[in-house]
Amino acid sequence: MIVTVNGERRQLPASATVANVVELLEVSPGARGVAVALDGEVVTRSRWAQTELADGARIEVVAAIQGG
Amino acid sequence: MDDSFLIADREFRSRLILGSGGFANHELLARALEAAGTELCTVALRRLDPAARGTIVDVLEAAGVGLLPNTAGCFTARDAILTAQLAREAFQTDWIKLEVIGDDRTLLPDAVELVAAAEALVDDGFVVLPYTTDDPVLARRLEDLGCAAVMPLGSPIGSGMGIRNPYNISILVERAGIPVILDAGVGTASDAALALELGCDAVLCASAISRAHDPVAMARAIRLGVQAGRLASGAGRIPRRLYAEASTPEEGMPAFDARAVTE
Repeated sequence: MIVTVNGERRQLPASATVANVVELLEVSPGARGVAVALDGEVVTRSRWAQTELADGARIEVVAAIQGG
Repeated sequence: MDDSFLIADREFRSRLILGSGGFANHELLARALEAAGTELCTVALRRLDPAARGTIVDVLEAAGVGLLPNTAGCFTARDAILTAQLAREAFQTDWIKLEVIGDDRTLLPDAVELVAAAEALVDDGFVVLPYTTDDPVLARRLEDLGCAAVMPLGSPIGSGMGIRNPYNISILVERAGIPVILDAGVGTASDAALALELGCDAVLCASAISRAHDPVAMARAIRLGVQAGRLASGAGRIPRRLYAEASTPEEGMPAFDARAVTE
């Protein structure tokens, strides 16, 4: 299936989860200051591994930067 | 002297909040945090950069400084609300500096979207600190919604123009029942001092420090400016008057003119 991760289209196997996407970005599961939105809704860290993606899903993976 | 103040249920001794934007690197930010003596520092959220080294979260933790996530760059209530929820998830804090910008060039707040976002976030249990204009009526509306503090601008973000309407800030402070934190516009230490003299509880500074020629020296200068302004506001300034009022008594003035001799 095709999903969009941080604005880039990616091919992922069916039944891929949010956790798989986070791994794809080389984020360690315990990384601090990281959060994920799936189709405009926050997915809490405890649900990353069990949240499966659908074809066309839009995932934003954000992290802390300097600002404000 | 204990001169702490409260935002929501949290006590602060430092009245200078640091904005982390614009520092050349984490090391410089760490030195500025120390020089500023701050207890709270802003953090933004952006798409994760796999190439980024180190995280500001660790810098703040090492410095023992609290983290205040913001919604910088959001133009709609919807984006600001989602960003706040992501920040809560990323940083495990309910605190959010709410920014909803209405215009690219001025970066002025969009009052309508701001009020909508503030209302939704307060309902969702957030401790909301909205970046707002210097309009006392809007500040009051934000307070009535349940915001924990208001953060009026002195002038546009990064402009270094200081406090362009001190009268509005005075009125806003007089009417506010929650802390007032001057945000945006500070260019140098005297601007920060003026904010406190006008009765603001604290100041937030980013560019004034991070983009100064010597950020660490400016952090210290603004820290002292904040302290000076706070002391001055409590000390009670003299009223302004158009004409002079001599500080030396006239009585006992010697006469140097012979005609003034009394018989």
